[in-house]
This record gives sequence, structure tokens and C-alpha cells, in this order.
Amino acid sequence: MKKKECCIVESQEMIGEGICSLWIETPSIAEEAVPGQFVSLYCRDGSRLLPRPISLCEIDRAGKRLHMVYRIAGKGTAEFAALKAGDTIEVMGPLGNGFPLEKAAGRRVFLMGGGIGIPPMLETAKALTGNSGYQNETAAKVTAVLGYRDERFLQDEYEKICDVCISTEDGSYGTKGNVIDAIRENALEADVIFACGPAPMLRGIKAYAQEKGIACWISMEERMACGIGACLACVCQSKEVDGHSHVHNKRICKDGPVFEASEVEL
Amino acid sequence: MKKTSVTIAGVELKNPVMTASGTFGSGAEYSEFVDLNQLGAVVTKGVADKAWAGNPTPRITEVYGGMLNAIGLQNPGIEVFCSRDIPFLQQFDTRIIVNVCGHAPEEYLRVVERLADENIDMLEINISCPNVNADFLAFGQDPRSVEELTREIKRLAKQPVIMKLTPNVTDIAEIARAAEAGGADALSLINTLTGMKIDINRRTFALANKTGGMSGPAVKPVAVRMVYQTAQAVNIPIIGMGGILNAEDALEFILAGATAVSVGTGNFVNPATTLDVIRGIEEYMDRYQIEDINDLVGAVR
Repeated sequence: MKKKECCIVESQEMIGEGICSLWIETPSIAEEAVPGQFVSLYCRDGSRLLPRPISLCEIDRAGKRLHMVYRIAGKGTAEFAALKAGDTIEVMGPLGNGFPLEKAAGRRVFLMGGGIGIPPMLETAKALTGNSGYQNETAAKVTAVLGYRDERFLQDEYEKICDVCISTEDGSYGTKGNVIDAIRENALEADVIFACGPAPMLRGIKAYAQEKGIACWISMEERMACGIGACLACVCQSKEVDGHSHVHNKRICKDGPVFEASEVEL
Repeated sequence: MKKTSVTIAGVELKNPVMTASGTFGSGAEYSEFVDLNQLGAVVTKGVADKAWAGNPTPRITEVYGGMLNAIGLQNPGIEVFCSRDIPFLQQFDTRIIVNVCGHAPEEYLRVVERLADENIDMLEINISCPNVNADFLAFGQDPRSVEELTREIKRLAKQPVIMKLTPNVTDIAEIARAAEAGGADALSLINTLTGMKIDINRRTFALANKTGGMSGPAVKPVAVRMVYQTAQAVNIPIIGMGGILNAEDALEFILAGATAVSVGTGNFVNPATTLDVIRGIEEYMDRYQIEDINDLVGAVR
């Protein structure tokens, strides 16, 4: 039987304004996790019942550790931000499907992240460049395309393992504008796109991929309750009839969070 | 040896703990976390005569000590349910209670009729979901409508019928008596309390549906009170629910008059909450040397 696991905080630091970097040791979640999956983190404060879905930034299978980079968005994530080394936190996972790495094998890939959608692309980049320690057979030519508002984070981690192209909304670094502007300005090309970020960005990427005829997978988010596909809170509109209710509502937590872009309405 | 089994309308449950409709699907997803064989019963998510797409998102939001949901009863319809969900649940040694929903009486009756020959243990009729069709909402809130619908369902049903009541009424006892008069075999309560949350930063409703049903530990005192009032008003068994997170919560409902209890939002807090409740009730019985769980039902007057 699967269960919630009690994990130990290894380290926590702020790496940007309101952006936290958290490493935890897990009994078994890290060993099962793949890039693009997420975990449910539970609050200690009993007034906050629902788990917070947080994407996996790095997976250290050998060390049984998980790295999460998240934004303080409310009281729940503020509670997590106060965790210190040695504290414990309840975690359930890994959850969701992850990116289809095999689709990128031997090809030119854009890993596009916007804002707090940047972290999950890091483990994906590691897996596709033979830096994950567990997944070398799907080597690809990876360019990380990272979109920030202003302040940058995780840039060094990406630059260690792949080409990096950056946009900032305020123009303080790289291309002024968004991730699509950055691709066009640098005349970059790819065969496959994996992306995570806010809905307007995903909408833009979906349109770009369609225009260029590029295969594209996007990671979606929505408010969740159970995190395992039972409560039907976090659905998105899908082109195909879904397997659960036979309507057009795929479950982001269970059928996703990664979907082929052409499959979902944004 | 202590006895933890309870009987509702002739159906024996190995223990008084079940899942609350809508929080547990048909058990398939949760079966990775919970040995369904250990549950008194699984109550399925509401099923209608046809597939329902449900409401737009966001469908849920957290509130202090609880949550609001407006899923809108998304479900695959009775045919998929009968061919997939019932056979799945039949693999386990637990009772199967099918929750039935509809927009209008004919829709309920079609589902009840379709289920007549299925190998399930009980029906739970949801006349109280606050998130569908506003015109119809009055149904579970009007004693005459409740009595009439209960009677029609009882005429067609082959399994015992549990009527699930809404707390969004002035007098729960009046509604409970109406269901009993219509022939209900049991009652379950409470469904969720209609609530609202405003997102002050976006200056909009937190839920796309504007309102949603509130559940979780914050509603428990209201639920215990309503179970107690209902227990004083009727002679049929009651399944109590509303914010149960542990055995202590469950025992409050039982002592107030519930023969069995359901865990709903608690499943989201910990997928194994039902099992913790079952174990905790047994420990309580050991501690106070209670031989038979039924001795606790309604013991506080």
C-alpha cells in the first residue's frame, strides 16, 4: 500500500524574493519519481487541510532526496518556508505522469519554463542530458528557455548542463519579453517542446508549436484536493473523451499534469 | 470478543465506518492507499442516468478548517458505472452503497430502476447537493417533495434506501420525518453547507460556481447537532458525517445517535483516515470495556 511519508528537511534557503529551495530526504518517494511529476505537501497547521501540490525540481534517487523550488503564495507555502533542517514534513507521491522523455530521444528539445514553472524543467533537463544518474538512454540536444519577470533563479543549475536562453519581462537580462520572444530573437529551432508555466504562456507556446508543426507537451496546474484522481476538482478541458467520466474533463493530478498541447483547451 | 458490526436496514457492516460520497470516487484510486476490505462500506460518488460534465474550474478552495467544493457531480453515467465501478468494488469484502443523483425525479428513478438487478447493498439518494440546478435545490429543502420522492424511489428500489439530507434547512427534524414517512430505510447527514469565498486580490469569487459546499472539521459541531436532533425525531438508523478526521470525531456522531459514520474531507487530509478511525474506535471500546458498538449509539441524550 502507498501512504503519506514522513520526510526530513535537509536544507531550505531563499533563492529569490518569495522563492524557496527545499531539499528533503524521503523514505521511498525519490526512488520512484520521474521528471515532471509532483508531490503533495501537507501543512502542520490543522486549519489548513488540503495538501499543496509542488513540482519536483530535482530527484536524487541514490541519495533518496527530492529538491523542490516553490513560491510563497499563501499561508500554506509560508508554513513550508519556515521549515528548517531536521524538521519533518508529510509528503505523498510521486504523483502524476511526468514528461514523455522518450519522445525527445536524439532530437532538439526546448525545455520552456515560466516563473515558478521553471523548477520542474531542471530534472527534465538533467534526464535528457545524462546528468540525472538514472536516465541516459534518452539523450537529446537540450535548450532551456527560461522566462522570468525580473529576478532570476536556478540559472546556474541549467547552465551547467545545457544551453540556456533567457527572457525577462523588464528586459533586465536576455530578451525583453517572454519565452517565445526569446526563441524568435535568437532564431532557435527545435523538434520537440516540453513546457511548464502560467496559462497565458502555455497558450502562446501551444500556438507557436502549432505554427511550426512541433510536437509539444505542457504541464498544467489547477487547485487540487485529493491529488490522486478521485475528487475530480482539478480537471481541464480535453479534446478527447476522458477515461474516467467519459466527458471531456481530464484530471490534471492523475491523467496529467503533462498533456500533449493539442489535447487540452487552454 | 467485542462487536464492532452494525446493521442498517438488514445489511450488516463489519464496522460502522464508510466513505462519504464524492470524496472517494468508486474506490479505485484510493485502493492504492486503503485496503477496502477493512471498510464497513464504500459509498460511491453520485451517479446519474447520463454522464455529467460538472462545473467549470476552479472547483475547490480551502477555507479555515475546511474547504468549499463545487464539482457539480461530474460522473460517467449509470451504464459505465454498472460495467466498470460495481465489478471493481465487488472484488472486495465490503458493502457497496451507490449514491444516486439527478436533476429531476424521473432521472433518479431511471437510475434506481437500472440498479435494481445489480449486486449492490444499498442506495443513497442525494437530494441535497448544493451545486447543481438552482431551481431544483428546493427539493431536499421541502418536506413534501422529500416525502414524495422517497416514496417513488422506494416503490422501484430493490435495495434499502438511504436519503441523504441537506443541512441547509431551518428544521432538519421536519425533513427527516418526511423522509421516514416516505419509507426511507435510513438517513445520512449532513451534506455540505452552502458557502462562499471571495478572492480579494483578484476581486472575484474563489470558485467558478460562486458558491460551494463547505465541509471539513469546521462544520462538525453543526453536523453533530443535526444528527442528534434527527435521532430524536425518527426511528430509522442514521449515518452521520461532517468533518470527521479521527475516531474521537466519529464517536461524537455515534454517541449523538448515528449508527454509522462517513469520512469525507478527511480522506484528502490523509488517504488512510478511514482506517485510523476504525482502529481508534476499537481502542476506545477496549479502553472503556465496551462489548458492543451498538451500546454507544445515541448513548448521550
